[in-house]
Amino acid sequence: MSPGSSHSTRYKAIVIGGSAGSFQGIVKILSALPDSFPIPIIMCLHRLKHVRNGFVEALSLKSVPEIIEPYDKQPIKKGKVYLAPANYHLSVELGNYFSLSTEEMVNNSRPAIDLTFHSSSYVFRDKMIGILLSGANRDGGLGMKSVKDKGGLTIVQDPAECMIDTMPKAAIDLAEIDHIYSIDNIISFLLKLNNIKYES
Amino acid sequence: MMTEIDLADIKRITELIKTRYNYDFTNYALSSFKRRVSRILELNKLSVDRLIQKLENPEFLEYFLNEITVNVTEMFRDPSFWRALREKILPQIMVNHKKIRIWHAGCSSGEEVISMSIMLREMEIEEDVQIIATDLDTNILKRAKEGRLPLKNMELNERNYVRYQGTGKLSDYYTPQKDIAIMDPTLLDNVSFRQHDLVRGEVFNKFDLVLCRNVMIYFNQHLQNEVLNKLHESLFKYGYLAIGSKESLIWCDIAGKFLVVNNEEKVYRKIKE
Repeated sequence: MSPGSSHSTRYKAIVIGGSAGSFQGIVKILSALPDSFPIPIIMCLHRLKHVRNGFVEALSLKSVPEIIEPYDKQPIKKGKVYLAPANYHLSVELGNYFSLSTEEMVNNSRPAIDLTFHSSSYVFRDKMIGILLSGANRDGGLGMKSVKDKGGLTIVQDPAECMIDTMPKAAIDLAEIDHIYSIDNIISFLLKLNNIKYES
Repeated sequence: MMTEIDLADIKRITELIKTRYNYDFTNYALSSFKRRVSRILELNKLSVDRLIQKLENPEFLEYFLNEITVNVTEMFRDPSFWRALREKILPQIMVNHKKIRIWHAGCSSGEEVISMSIMLREMEIEEDVQIIATDLDTNILKRAKEGRLPLKNMELNERNYVRYQGTGKLSDYYTPQKDIAIMDPTLLDNVSFRQHDLVRGEVFNKFDLVLCRNVMIYFNQHLQNEVLNKLHESLFKYGYLAIGSKESLIWCDIAGKFLVVNNEEKVYRKIKE
């Protein structure tokens, strides 16, 4: 087995959290990934609750892979990019599918990043990568801690590069972080998992 | 937050409740059920063993049911759904029926029921509609019956109502009193509330429209299939079923007996018995 393929089979999911100021970073990451990127990407981003579709449409205007806002109980498939729907919490269930919930807000947020990180770390254990980007509250910090506790890999966007650094700083306070990367470095890292060279 | 509970402990809890009280949480979606249980443990500073002891007491069970069920809801949640109901679905039902029967399955604290009553009043068809609203949780039913909503939620409810394009003002339908919005009691004149468990309960009546929105998301797929069979049986032929905007019948056994009427708002029509 080549080093690349062993890497991409090592990880079963990449979970990305972000809030205020993360949109540009998300667009940059997604547009740098090839269509054939083999690991499912699950995104939990804070967004306006009453705008049901606007976010996906805004993202889709850029040249990024198709983004799926999963239905309740939708199976998680290789090579797909998922985004937590507005006004629902997004969890991962044993058996590799999503479930949605309308529970109380967590950290003033629904979807809450902590909740997505927590449930996915329970399912994917050391086979997941958690990435936390720019944001204005502390959501995601405790979630990063559960990713690390379960043996997953933790990456935060370099606070120096973030438009608003509250969120990555909270994660650095609360959890052991494996890598503090710029968006460009996050991209190179993800592509390396798949043996692809990135030129920014 | 986020105490991790063993699957073995979850099983001890569900087994006890099943044998002692005949409520079956075995097939609830695991991630949210685990979160609800850890929430109860944390709110009451309990260990799992202590929780299991306390569950022997029927009064504590009432509290447990109230906390385990998710009672977060909004009036006119998904305003575009309510517009579709007003402009397409209800007029379609009215073509063939003088009297309409509606079931809110899993009505929680009653926001959806009150929204329905307001909509029917503004459509001037209130008198022609009979509404049954059910929930597993008797405490929340009591609250729904009283028609009292937290005043702090009215801002969000008002925004939804404006997006729904209601013909009046939401403030005409309630009186603020301290931190409570007391809803116009006549809104609930045509509504009967009753306790009903979708999991263990029998099919009890037939309806033209069943709303079961964001209820089955707390069930696993096996249980979703079972409950959908009951909802199907509870509908007259050509009756309508509305589920949450991010729920889908695609993976369900019963999909073939329904026609998609509005895919965006997740409204289905029963076309086969």
